[in-house]
Amino acid sequence: MQPLLNSLPETVFTTKIDELLNWGRASSQWYMLFGLACCAIELMQTGGPRADLDRFGCVPRATPRQSDLMIVAGTLTYKMAKRTKLLYDQMPDPKYVISMGSCSNCGGLFQIAYSVCKGVDKIIPVDVYVPGCPPRPEALTEGLLRIQDKMMRERWLVKDPAAREERAGT
Amino acid sequence: MQAQEIYNKLEKQFPGKVGLFRGDFFDPCLNVDAGAIVDVCRYLRDDPETAFEVLSDLTAIDWTKKDDEKIQVVYHLFSYTKRHQIVLKADLPREAPRIATVEGVWKAANWFEREVFDLFGVDFIGHSDLRRIMLPEDWIGHPLRKDYVEQEEYDGISTQRAPLVDKLLR
Repeated sequence: MQPLLNSLPETVFTTKIDELLNWGRASSQWYMLFGLACCAIELMQTGGPRADLDRFGCVPRATPRQSDLMIVAGTLTYKMAKRTKLLYDQMPDPKYVISMGSCSNCGGLFQIAYSVCKGVDKIIPVDVYVPGCPPRPEALTEGLLRIQDKMMRERWLVKDPAAREERAGT
Repeated sequence: MQAQEIYNKLEKQFPGKVGLFRGDFFDPCLNVDAGAIVDVCRYLRDDPETAFEVLSDLTAIDWTKKDDEKIQVVYHLFSYTKRHQIVLKADLPREAPRIATVEGVWKAANWFEREVFDLFGVDFIGHSDLRRIMLPEDWIGHPLRKDYVEQEEYDGISTQRAPLVDKLLR
């Protein structure tokens, strides 16, 4: 993430509106309080004092309606997959998804089982895949920084969505 | 009470209905005629010498060995007052496994039997609420049966795995 451009010392900051908006969004990614299996323990650890997601402005929200980011942490069963889709649909745009750990990336260790969904990307679009079983807090933090990079590239002042995506380079 | 004594007692009470006693296991077991399972269970619970108050577990096994095809429902009984245990097994035909419910003897059997119905398709006659307990209600098939065939997709979610994993599946 780039710092805001400071051309006039101390009193006046100049920047682009897109960058200001994105800077604000990237610095306050509220993630949904949502864990599925053992990766959720590591997710809690990431929210804890040592890795401390709070310093990036990440606050867990207990409702999808206030969340910007969904971290799918853990083994996704088919029964849960339908609920996950529902929760994702309830989140307001723009929304982002981190797939955390092998299980939600591809089914992982349990993909041979009959009840496990072979990856969360079968049901919802995923922005960042974090490998690991489970990923360490450092890895999840890295995934969060990648989401920040993605946010900073997006443009909002252009009305045409196609041109917007083109300029964002996605 | 020793397992052998319990077996002798049962043999006296239900001649021809019990058999195949194996006492040399950690869990001594015996076979019970499927038609007599409720009577045997109620007797074991109510008799002051056996006093099996607890149904620790109720599960099933799918045997597909040639000439010995059966679904075996297994009852693990335990007595807190007498500190002894016994395992009852009832053989059912694989094509249409049906057995009377022991829900009236131990209430705990309700959920156990729903689980066995869910995963093996055993029909418990007289069960008050025989629905799937863990899999979604619209699931097709009973996954722990050895002839279970996985569907191509579940509710629009593909069940296909990465090609590498298919090699691991027998």
